[in-house]
Order: sequence, then structure tokens, then C-alpha cells
Amino acid sequence: MTRKKRRLYTLIGAMVLLSAATALVIGAFRDNLVFFFSPTEVAEKGIEVGQRIRMGGLVEEDSVIRDADGLTVHFRLTDLSHTIMVTYRGILPSLFREGQGVIVQGQLDAPTHFIADEIMAKHDENYMPPEVAEALKKSGQWKGGNE
Amino acid sequence: MIVEIGHIALIMALIVALVQATIPMIGAARGDGRLMAVASTAAGAQWVFIVIAFLSLMNAYVTSDFSVFNVASNSHSAKPMLYKIAGVWGNHEGSLVLWVLILATFGGAIVLFGGNLPPALRARVLSVQALIAVGFLSFSLFTSNPFERVFPAPLDGNGLNPLLQDPGLAFHPPFLYLGYVGFSVAFAFAIAALIEGRVDAAWARWVRPWTLIAWSFLTIGIALGSWWAYYELGWGGWWYWDPVENASFMPWLAGTALLHSAIVCEKRDALKAWTVLLAIVAFSLSLLGTFLVRSGVLTSVHAFATDPARGVFILGFLIFVVGGSLTLFAVRAPLLKAGGLFAPVSREGGIVLNNLLFSAAAATVLLGTLYPLFIDALGAGKVSVGPPYFNTVFIPLMAPLIVLAGIAPMLAWKRADLTGVIARIKIVAAVTVLVLLWSVYRAWGNAVFGAFGIGLSAWLASSVLFDWAVRIRLFRVSALDSLQRAIRIPRAAYGMSLAHFGVALLVAGVTASSAWRTEAIQVMRQGETISVAGFEFLFHGVVRAEGPNYTADRGHFTVTRAGGLVAELWPENRFYPVQQQPTTEAAIHTTWLSDLYVVVGDPDGQGGWSTRVYYNPLVPWIWLGAMVMALGGAVSLSDRRHRVGAPNRRRRRLMAGEPAAEVAR
Repeated sequence: MTRKKRRLYTLIGAMVLLSAATALVIGAFRDNLVFFFSPTEVAEKGIEVGQRIRMGGLVEEDSVIRDADGLTVHFRLTDLSHTIMVTYRGILPSLFREGQGVIVQGQLDAPTHFIADEIMAKHDENYMPPEVAEALKKSGQWKGGNE
Repeated sequence: MIVEIGHIALIMALIVALVQATIPMIGAARGDGRLMAVASTAAGAQWVFIVIAFLSLMNAYVTSDFSVFNVASNSHSAKPMLYKIAGVWGNHEGSLVLWVLILATFGGAIVLFGGNLPPALRARVLSVQALIAVGFLSFSLFTSNPFERVFPAPLDGNGLNPLLQDPGLAFHPPFLYLGYVGFSVAFAFAIAALIEGRVDAAWARWVRPWTLIAWSFLTIGIALGSWWAYYELGWGGWWYWDPVENASFMPWLAGTALLHSAIVCEKRDALKAWTVLLAIVAFSLSLLGTFLVRSGVLTSVHAFATDPARGVFILGFLIFVVGGSLTLFAVRAPLLKAGGLFAPVSREGGIVLNNLLFSAAAATVLLGTLYPLFIDALGAGKVSVGPPYFNTVFIPLMAPLIVLAGIAPMLAWKRADLTGVIARIKIVAAVTVLVLLWSVYRAWGNAVFGAFGIGLSAWLASSVLFDWAVRIRLFRVSALDSLQRAIRIPRAAYGMSLAHFGVALLVAGVTASSAWRTEAIQVMRQGETISVAGFEFLFHGVVRAEGPNYTADRGHFTVTRAGGLVAELWPENRFYPVQQQPTTEAAIHTTWLSDLYVVVGDPDGQGGWSTRVYYNPLVPWIWLGAMVMALGGAVSLSDRRHRVGAPNRRRRRLMAGEPAAEVAR
């Protein structure tokens, strides 16, 4: 086994691995990238029903309704110019509250109705997810300071 | 007053570090012994100053001195003592002081244990360490001063984020930092070697123990973080592929590759440039992790800093360190002469493949973590890369690695007989197939993925045991003889076996808890029972309870199985009035074979409470496995050959013309 040959084998091995990894990454990216939209974008851009997305906004005051099963929750998510109805089944994160900024992940089952399988309310009550803050700024409804 | 002393000590540490970063480097270039000797003195002084700074900050926390801005914003007089102390590093400014403290401690350890290092190498290593310290000390002093006063002093503090008030998390940052910063030693050695243009077996012999220390601590740190996520976040999961988790996982992947390639470097004098590169990459990824977590580009419980100046500073430092070291590598690496040859099928070949797989895994994690940031920076929209991406990419890369880990330790160095080894491991293959069939039989529904993972785990575990049995010639010679052989096996080999066995435990835990967990979400009223995985959970309702700095809704469950009592569980929903913030405290009963995991949610307004019950099989093995891996690192570290003076003795022996008795194995 000469040095050249060894280097060649290592190189070939590395190339094979690299291409396998690249193929995996590309495949995984195509299937698993989740885009983020504001309620306005969802309303105006016409997101496909069934496409997995994330959506961020404020939980509208007095909009949370619990079904009789105690687990299914409906609420309206708003960026103060457009509103999307969200349905979620499961235990809400402890920081979920009306008026609070949250991010929901799931899919639309009708143009203005979202089925969430995950709700993210981040770690403290004054905290606004930057995506939500930006969505509010875009819709011209941002009431906070400049940052 | 004490606070000002701490501030001055931190400034003094910066000045000393500036001296340490320049004078010894010049001394090493000129061959001036006196200038080089400055390094050791300066490293000692730097350590003393930073200890003073750290203790003064801790004093401010313990005595609740709210005239210090940092204490006022992160502590509270009603907080338990443990969290007052842990609060020192539970915030951005304080955690930086901890970072430099650990950095200086590693510097001091190099002085203490590096007595037999060639003076020039030691001077350069300490200089590079000091250069890193200069970066972090100026970061601390100029953008995130922990000793800033506030006037007038508030009556009480804001308190620590309740999510962080937890024993597991109190020790998570120190361990993680010991890992991150530990890689700075390997990095400093790599840079020093590049400057000298020489990497030899002795160099690798010095680098390896430091890498082992860093790797073991990082393993524990990551495990603690994941354990915390498991019981504190209340979702029953233990790893979310969250960017901040990835930030600590990437240096671990690179560090594991480094750990293996350094062995080849030491034993066979090969893979030199590659090992140096890995040392640079491992530390760069540690810095990148710090940048991602601390700069606020990622939103998480870790993102304390939202000041853009800080992000820019770390980014600048990151570019300087990574760019500088890679440029140096590009210029100097061709000088490193390639050493021993080896066939593709050999121990070295196995380690090369290990390194390729680990590097590919680190690269895919890096890509998935940074991609959303790139897309956002390009203004092409906001995306998130979730667990499905990482699972699809990561598992196919890890599976061959585990197969490899079962075979490679049995291959000989330089040139190995693969068919011979395969013929030898019939027993291992048989065990694997049996376990595979058994797990397929046990779990029809999820069989393919689950059985595959359990099979991999069985393969690795049985091959480790088989390898050991062969070495001590178990059942072939008398038991006493076997015992003597077992004692003679070097500790480093035991370390490897333990670490690999830990991986097998981890794989089993990961597989079983993902494939066969049972979950039940429902609304329960007092006196109702629910059955999950053969266990009966009787709900006694919820009562109001008072903690030291919180109030809680405490649920009560009695768990029975076939009429026999298994456990009483008290999950809580806590509310911390100081921060106006709730947290969820899951109640967990572990049998070491499985966890019963109960969470109470919100009341439904009609006397019922939403509850979530999980049955997580083998999940404790994940952390058990991580601990066994870290233990393997510690055992390996205690090997005679890593101890101080070992290289010296060997050199003396070689000079005396004796044949080297120690055969590389």
C-alpha cells in the first residue's frame, strides 16, 4: 500500500460519504423546512392547505374557547390586522395566555382555519417572539418602542 | 468595596493576560528562556486575579447586594442559597466570569502538570491561551461588566428565571463550560504546533488527556441539560434539536472525532494535520456555540444578551480566531510530515472512517442550525429546521458508526485481517440477531425502527464484552489466570470499553423511548383512574401548596400495577410571583427500566384537570449511558501512560539505548 494509494482510498471514502450526506441533507431539507408566516401573510398569500407552516401572533383577548372534552382549545391568532382561527388539542404551555405572543406550528385545513400540533409560548411573560414582533410591525400595529 | 476589588482584579487579569499573550511568544521565537518563563508566572497571576473577581461577584450574590446592577436584575433575597450561588452564572455577565475563571484554571493546570513540556512549546501554548483570555476578558469588561453599580439600589432584585431554579441546571453551565473551555487547551496546543511546524507522538500524548478531560465534562454538561429539559419542560422529551442544544452538540461531535484521531497521532504518528485541524474545529465550534447562545440571534432561555454590541463583539472575535487559525493551518500544515502508513482495513482505517462520519454529522448539524439564520439574513423569509430534518440526516450517519465501533477496536494496527475478525465475532452476531428477533417480536407496530436500534445497541454492547472476554481468555484459562489478565489490561483500554458500552446504553435508551413510549392526554376528575402501559394511575385531585418563593397547584396520583403499589406522584404547576411566571414540574417515578411521567395542566372549570401521563421505556439509560461514557473518559485519564512524566521516562529509556518495552496496542 503506497502513500498515494492510501490517500486515494481515503479521498474516495470521503467523497462517497460527502455525497451521501449531501443527498441526505437535500432530501431532508425538501421535506422538513417549515416556513414562518404572519396571519396577514397567511390571509393574503394564499398558503396551500396542508402545507406545514409556523404562524406567530397574539392570542386575541376573550377568544379562547374550550371544548367539552376539556382538551381541545380554539382561539383566534391575530397580528391586529388579520386574524386566523386556531384549533389545538392537548395541554397548553404554562405561559399560554390571552394577549400573549405565541407561535403555532401545524397546517391550514381551510384558508382561515389552522390546526396546530405544537404551540410555543416562550419563557417569560413580557417576552415577545421576534417573529411575532416583526409580524406586528409589518401589519403596522406595533405598539412597542423601536426594539 | 469588595465589588470594586473584584472589578479591579478583572482589569488586572486583562493586563496580565496581555503580557502573557505577547512576551512568551516573543521569547519562544528568540529562544530567550527568561521571556518564556514569564508565561508560567503570568498564568498563575491571571488565575489569582480572576478567582478574586469571581469570589467578589459571588459574595455580592450571597449577601444580596442589590446596588450591583447584575445582582439586582438576576437575584432576589427570598431565593434559596443554592440558586443565589448558581445565579452567579445564571446570567450573561456572570457566566462570562465563570468562563474566564475556567480558562485561567486550565492555564494554571498546564503550568502545574506541564513541567516536562519543552519550554518553547509550553510558552506558546500559554500565550495562545492568554490570547483567548484577552478576548473574553475585554468582552466582559467592555460590553458586559458584571460589577456595574446601580443608583439608587433597588429594595429587592428581579430574581432568577424560575425555569433555571433547578438543581440540575445549577451545575449544567459549569460542566458545559469545562468542556467548551477545555477544548481551548487542545486548540492552544494545535496553534503552538503549527507555529513550530512540528507534530510528533509526544505532542499527541500531551493533547490527548486534555481532550479527554474536556470531552468528559462536555458529555456530562450536555446530559445534565437534556435531563433538565426532560423533567422541567414537561413534554416528556429529552432532546429537541433546538439550536442551543445543537450549539453544545457540535463541539461534542468534533471533540469525539479529535479524541479518536489523537490516538492514531500518538500511536502511529499519522493523521497529524487532520488532528490539528480537528482541534481547531472543536474549539471554533465551542466559540460558535457561545456566539449563537449568547448573542441573542437565537431566542431561548439561554439568550440573555440582546445588546447588539455584544453580538458584534463575539462575531468579530469568532472571525478573528477561526479565520486566523485556519489561515495559519493553511500556511503551516504542509510542513507537518506524514507518518506511518496503514492499510484501509486496520485500526487506523476504522478511526479514519469514524472521523469522516463524525465530521459529516457535525457538518449536517451545523448546516441545519445555521440555515435559518442565513435565510433570514438574506431576507428570503423565516424558516425553521425542526427535529425531522435532524433525525433523517443524523440517524443514517450514526448507525454505521455504531456498527463500526463494534468491529474497529478488534482490528490490528497498520494492517488487519477483516475476515478473521468477522469469523471471530460469530457470538456477537448471534447475540445481535437474537435480540433483534426478540425486539421485533415484542413490538410489532414500530418494529422496524425500534428493533433496528435495539439491534445496534446489542451489537455494540456484546462486542465490547466479547472483546474483553477474548483479551482475558475467559473460560479458556483458569479463572485466576483470567483475573490476572484482566488486571493487566491498561486502564485506557477499559476506558474505551466503558465509553463504547455507554454508547450502547444510550442507543438503547434513545431507541426505546422514541419507538415505544406511551402517551395519554385527558381530563381527569378526583377519584378517576386511567390505565397506561399496564399501570393504573388514580387521581386524587389538586391542592394548593406553598414553596419558599412560589405557590403551586399540586396534583396527587397513586400508581398501582396489578393491585400492588408502585409509586405516589405529585406533579406541580408552580407560580413565581416575583417574575410573574409559571413553571411545570413533572413528577417522575423511575425503575431504571422505564419512567412513569405525570404532568398536570389547566383546570377545565368544571372540577376536572387536564393531565398527561407518559410511559417512557429505557429512558433513564440515556443519562446512565452518558455518565458511563464520561466515566470511561475518567478511567482512561487515570491510565499510567497519561500521567506526568511518562513521556520523560520513555525518552530517557530510548536514549539509554534500551528497546522500548511498551508495545503499541
